Amino acid sequence: MTWVDIGALEDIPRRGARVLRTPQGCVAVFRTEDDRVFALDDRCPHRGGPLSEGIVHGDAVTCPLHGLVIGLTDGQAREAEAGGVATHPARIEGGRILIDASRLLPEQAA
Amino acid sequence: MKRRLVVIGAGMASGRMLEHLLAAAPDAWDITLFNAEPRGNYDRIMLSPVLSGERSYAEIITHDAAWYARHGITCRFGEAVQRIDRDRQVVCAPAGEVPYDRLVIATGSAPVVIPVPGHDLPGVVTYRDLDDTEAMIAAASRPGSRAVVIGGGLLGLEAAAGLARRGMAVTVVHLMGHLMERQLDPAAGYLLQKDLEARGIRVHCRGATAAILGTDRVEAVKLEDGTLYAADLVCMAVGIRPQTRLAAEAGLTVARGIVVDDRMRTSDPAILAVGECVEHQGQTFGLVAPLYDQAKVAAASLTGTEAVFRPVQTATRLKVTGVELFSAGDFAEAPGREDIVFRDPGRGVYKRLVIEGSRLVGAVLYGDTADGAWFFGLIRDGTDIAPMRDALIFGPAYQGGTAPDPLAAVAALPPEAEICGCNGVCKGTILAAIDGGASDLGAVRARTRASASCGSCTGLVEQLLASALGEAFQKPVRRPICGCTELAHEDVRRLIRARGLKSMPAVMQELGWKSSCGCATCRPALNFYLLAEWPETYRDDPQSRFVNERNHANIQKDGTYSVVPRMWGGMTTPKELRAIADAAEKYRVPAVKVTGGQRIDLLGVRKEDLPHIWADLNAAGLVSGHAYGKALRTVKTCVGSDFCRFGTQDSTGLGIRLERRLWGAWTPHKVKLAVSGCPRNCAEATCKDVGIVCVDSGYEIGVGGAAGMDLKATERLAKVASEDEAVEIVVAFVQLYRESANYLDRPYRWLAKVGLDWVRQQVVEDRSSRTALIARFDRAQAVFQKDPWAERTTPQARAAFAPLARITAEAAE
Repeated sequence: MTWVDIGALEDIPRRGARVLRTPQGCVAVFRTEDDRVFALDDRCPHRGGPLSEGIVHGDAVTCPLHGLVIGLTDGQAREAEAGGVATHPARIEGGRILIDASRLLPEQAA
Repeated sequence: MKRRLVVIGAGMASGRMLEHLLAAAPDAWDITLFNAEPRGNYDRIMLSPVLSGERSYAEIITHDAAWYARHGITCRFGEAVQRIDRDRQVVCAPAGEVPYDRLVIATGSAPVVIPVPGHDLPGVVTYRDLDDTEAMIAAASRPGSRAVVIGGGLLGLEAAAGLARRGMAVTVVHLMGHLMERQLDPAAGYLLQKDLEARGIRVHCRGATAAILGTDRVEAVKLEDGTLYAADLVCMAVGIRPQTRLAAEAGLTVARGIVVDDRMRTSDPAILAVGECVEHQGQTFGLVAPLYDQAKVAAASLTGTEAVFRPVQTATRLKVTGVELFSAGDFAEAPGREDIVFRDPGRGVYKRLVIEGSRLVGAVLYGDTADGAWFFGLIRDGTDIAPMRDALIFGPAYQGGTAPDPLAAVAALPPEAEICGCNGVCKGTILAAIDGGASDLGAVRARTRASASCGSCTGLVEQLLASALGEAFQKPVRRPICGCTELAHEDVRRLIRARGLKSMPAVMQELGWKSSCGCATCRPALNFYLLAEWPETYRDDPQSRFVNERNHANIQKDGTYSVVPRMWGGMTTPKELRAIADAAEKYRVPAVKVTGGQRIDLLGVRKEDLPHIWADLNAAGLVSGHAYGKALRTVKTCVGSDFCRFGTQDSTGLGIRLERRLWGAWTPHKVKLAVSGCPRNCAEATCKDVGIVCVDSGYEIGVGGAAGMDLKATERLAKVASEDEAVEIVVAFVQLYRESANYLDRPYRWLAKVGLDWVRQQVVEDRSSRTALIARFDRAQAVFQKDPWAERTTPQARAAFAPLARITAEAAE
């Protein structure tokens, strides 16, 4: 695990998301109504829509492009066989959001 | 020989620790107990009933003088310890030093005081100990006095309720969006606010205190939004902070609290700490249950017995007489959770259980907390709830109960609630007609005229029939808004109006929503209905808007946005065109397109550039064209009598006038207008939502056209002689559409439901109705007719459009 501080919880509105830019692409960091945070790759498995711009409801987000619903806890589409996106461990500590960046850094040269 | 024990602080934790210690080793210690307060141990939790007058101080004393005497404890009350000398193992206090073999620090916590101007005025108190309580009781004894409580958490609300019970006019100012946000979700917070307001307590959420005003003593509290509340007493209850000064000055390890290990030992093995002043594995403590556990462990450590402290789950109950509220468990930070929600609007009951895997991890109960202890037990014990999951929310007494009643919302309406807005028919009248033999919709319509005009209340009338007649009435199936409710759009709009529901948690609770915070289908609809109904008081919720309306630009398939400045009536100037061209170059806009609505679309703008390109366009006088919103889009015009040899009227001028009047208004779906200067109809007005065709004798106003998925010509709403009247009718029509259409129904779909005749009656024939519609439209415009671009030029607004952060290889190291 490589925990990185990416900002304050208050920087993300409740039931909203912000984008984290990484060498492996954009990650959507969500904050739920009850102040939990989740980090998912910001690309809908359907047509690559930015999940960070979707409407957040309960533990899910609805993609803004075509309405696919993705679970925040597992990154999986609620619809069967619609695929999913990678999730990244995230937690809150003292009002700061920490994300596990171990899979978000540049590939190490062998 | 006895060993010497010194205890600093006589709070709840130290009192409990002494009991355990004396039970285990009654004669082993020579004990000295310091307390800064001039009294011994009492039950601090019960200060709220003392404040409200339901208990006296004598009743909450846990250890009296006789108890200390019986156990030979030397009491040094009213004496604040000055310092701890660890080298000499002595505690220094004004009346002399006391040596120790073991020392227990139990200094508790101190209330946080917000350092706003005036915080030190006489009359500003905190709520921590008996002295604070007595100061509040004294202030409340003056007739007609007013209190402001800053902080809507557990302590603040207990203070507010106590002061109100003593006759003060109380206002609670709370920084967050709903009360007790750490323990409650918005739905339960809404119910709590409603209950407190019913007791005469005013609640101001999202209120940030700017200053406390007064010359010799407190006179008022001023908020950052300018609100002023007169006050004779201000109680700050915004939180507590561990009292660590003595420990820190003695060189013990201190973080947020005094750091202790599992045996409650500080970094000095001769010194222990218990209570609200400690920090254990990064956590501090404010509720009593873990403090009692710490007391037990500390006593065991002193007697040399094995014991470790493990924080347990805690439950919260609000001690306000008549308010039933319970919250337990941990709602934060864990993936894989699901909700079970139960609401009974009629009884004001809300229950929410949070489940993780097969375990219950959190519970919020409001209105009926009888099962709180049972749920708490399941959380604490980690019971496998899989076998009883389906019926879990009904509690241990569940005997096969019933599904939530979809008729509950209408059943909860009082008889005077207006069901049919068109004809002013209330629930009581309709029930009387049903009692009198009306057994179907037609009969109710014939007798009461309810649902006989626009028909949007039909669903509610049918529900009344169903609840009154039961099985005898076959209710036609109507499509609910979404899976969160049984109610159709029309029903929800009517009920928002009839019951005066003014917030999203209010709608979801009172109408029995089945989810905790709605979904992507119902939330945008509710947000629109609420802002259309209560323009002055409802706070728009950006998180319940579709991305385009939240970001004020149209999202494209690659995640970039399009930017469309408004061109009034399709007219522009060289200066505007130059500004658009400059912006397109500066932000490397990949495509520039002329739209069908007579304006220019800049396609492919990056989100973080939006506030900047807007500012540049603003500087040239251009404003948002709302090309992304369920709002007025364009008013397309031809050049009319100004230039065209066939033009009969100033169609361009009328188009600009309409656009200037209507822009900024939120509508159920997008609204497009056009004005043609003659029947040749170059502006294609006959396929618009509202299209005006000018003729020699005046203006033909058509409505309900479509040229999208459906193709439909407008129908004639009216023909009028003057431009002024044409504007009046269009404004009234748009307002009626705002008030009565379902979210996402374009005007032609709405007209097919309510009928053109009814609309004509409201906006053309009935002059007083037209005037009232226009007045309501203008009232809403006073709030909403603001350029969203200009409102997003601050550094904070710009930051919100940029990425939260960037991770690079260096940042991770």
